[in-house]
Amino acid sequence: MSLTATIPARVLVTKIGLDGHDRGSRIIAAYLRDAGMEVIYTNPWQKIEAVVTLALEEDVDVIGISSLATDHLLVPKLMIALAKAGLGHVRVVVGGIVPDQDEADLLAAGVSMVFHPGAVRDDIVSAVEKFAVAATNDRPQD
Amino acid sequence: MNKVDKIASIDASSADWERNYDKMIGQDRVVKNRSGIEIKPLYWPENDTDGTYEEKLGFPGADPMTRGIYPTMHRGRTWSQRQLIGLGRPVDFNERIKSILKSGSSALSIIPCNSVYRGIDCDEVEPEILGTCGTILNTVEDMDISLKDIPLDEISIGLNDPNPFTMLVQMLIVAENRGISWDKITGTSNQSDYISHFVANHMFYRLSLSGSRRVQMDAVEYLAEHVPNWNALSIVGQHMQQAGGTPAQAMGLTLSTAIQFGNDCIERGMDPEKFLERFTFFFDISISFFEEVAKFRAGRRIWNNLVVERFGVSNPRAKRFKFHAQTSGLDLTRQQPLNNIARVTAQAMAGIFGGLQSMHTDGYDEVLSTPTPESAKIAISTQNILKHEAHLCDVVDPLGGSYYVESLTDTMEEEILKVIAQIDEQGGMYKAVEKGFVQEMLGASALEFQDQIDNGEQLIVGVNAYQEEEDASARPVLKRPTAEHMQAQVDRLKEVKAARDPEALAKGLQDLRDAARSEDINVFAAEIDAVRAGATLGEIVKVLREELGFGQPLVVA
Repeated sequence: MSLTATIPARVLVTKIGLDGHDRGSRIIAAYLRDAGMEVIYTNPWQKIEAVVTLALEEDVDVIGISSLATDHLLVPKLMIALAKAGLGHVRVVVGGIVPDQDEADLLAAGVSMVFHPGAVRDDIVSAVEKFAVAATNDRPQD
Repeated sequence: MNKVDKIASIDASSADWERNYDKMIGQDRVVKNRSGIEIKPLYWPENDTDGTYEEKLGFPGADPMTRGIYPTMHRGRTWSQRQLIGLGRPVDFNERIKSILKSGSSALSIIPCNSVYRGIDCDEVEPEILGTCGTILNTVEDMDISLKDIPLDEISIGLNDPNPFTMLVQMLIVAENRGISWDKITGTSNQSDYISHFVANHMFYRLSLSGSRRVQMDAVEYLAEHVPNWNALSIVGQHMQQAGGTPAQAMGLTLSTAIQFGNDCIERGMDPEKFLERFTFFFDISISFFEEVAKFRAGRRIWNNLVVERFGVSNPRAKRFKFHAQTSGLDLTRQQPLNNIARVTAQAMAGIFGGLQSMHTDGYDEVLSTPTPESAKIAISTQNILKHEAHLCDVVDPLGGSYYVESLTDTMEEEILKVIAQIDEQGGMYKAVEKGFVQEMLGASALEFQDQIDNGEQLIVGVNAYQEEEDASARPVLKRPTAEHMQAQVDRLKEVKAARDPEALAKGLQDLRDAARSEDINVFAAEIDAVRAGATLGEIVKVLREELGFGQPLVVA
């Protein structure tokens, strides 16, 4: 099965860890919403377990993690927790201030893409759409 | 009034200014430029034919203070170089701050670890992210180590220390233990304005809106009495602008916040002639050069008039619009990162011409990682180059009188006053943020600016113009604190906790709880006693969250 234009992608936009800088995550949430996606937005400082629970309950295709102050270092733990919860198909993207030295680690941990400052709306929207289709295609059939 | 009177009137004001200038400057330096021309400290029109100069600009240090809050401004004392520093363990901070002080920084500023901002001790933090953005400050011992060999009575200290101000409490106890009396302590609780945290800088947000208000006002009242040279309030426009506000919006919202604090102080029976002397402001400096200069000049003039109209003050010190400013990280780009040095230079110039009292310049790599020591040094050198080589400090308000700058200052003033009127209509800043009115304003503005970049209306070098192949090797590599060091910090906290007198600690925390539950016991005073009894950051915040509510920001989509 593949995603059709009539089924909007479901995206969770959140921040894990300790930081509260959220201008970026709010802008991304607005971009995706304006592009017709269904966006679930949370306050910052989410625990990994809370993100997994929300992803399950809301049946999301993509999780967007915004990190401005090193919280992305927790994303590998999130990837493991998602896999354990049977959410291996969910695509995770990270955006914000991610040093080069960390980007490779995130990709190796299964993150689909890292967006850096200066990323533009169209690129972000089309990448998330593409990842949502991939997630839907990989979704376990019940 | 006839023309002759008016000419006489500007002569009288200029003579006043000259007298005050001479008194304040002491031995003035003779300034000559490279062509041998002698540079005066101030330039003003020969006559004021229609009275607008006196009304709108005046002389520095006199109403309406558009040209600066002191007669000498940067010709006399330049701004404090207050670089934000914080990394890893207290001992790492201490080493770094000593080297920064040697390189010409004249004041110190402490950034705590993000776990401190969240109000949790290091033994509760996921080890991957501990100490990666600032210094771990959970106990009095942590603060003592951070400030080792630093003369607390000789240096101005800035603490990035949100409500309930545990870092300040720790520092006061360190001073007490070193035999330094609290009236010798000078500095500022940087960015201490809880309203801006609720609206815009969620990083700092710890307690509920009403709980924050209670603790903040208790601290303001206590500090005014016991630590009289400490600026307990730093009212923050920077957060408003970083969260998306235009420079005019950010200034208007900041002034509205200051009005709220002023009214809250008056409600507690405090005297505006006194408490306003200790109000300080903290702003963002974007790269929109003339707009920023005009923003600061207009803000100064509005504040000067506003405190008279709303609070009826006449003390000139209570009218001074003292501000620290930080160059905006939002303007910095990941692409061609060394270009950020040029951006910071332009931003810093706008702040200097705007008449700031204290400045932080960003490291060029802030957009790539937590700034490295090398980039922090360049940021300080940028300030020194502007001061000594570019001679930006020879003349007070050098852009004053420019047709463009004066017209823009007037128009910014109108825009700022419109924002203040909107907030007044909402019933003041507290009510406006409680309802989400301000959040909506900032959110819409953030999106609008992003759209301008996306559609190319605002060109940004390396991002949507003049792009080049990026050389990743030019990006700095950041050293993070090692896992061993962080583990040692956690182990030490456990030891310190175990060595406390359990009864005294329990009493301290219970008294804090009782104070928070009561209506009339000062929470901040109780907090000092609890920390004296050994309470950690995490323990203090936990009690106050239980009693006053956990702070969740109100996000308006």
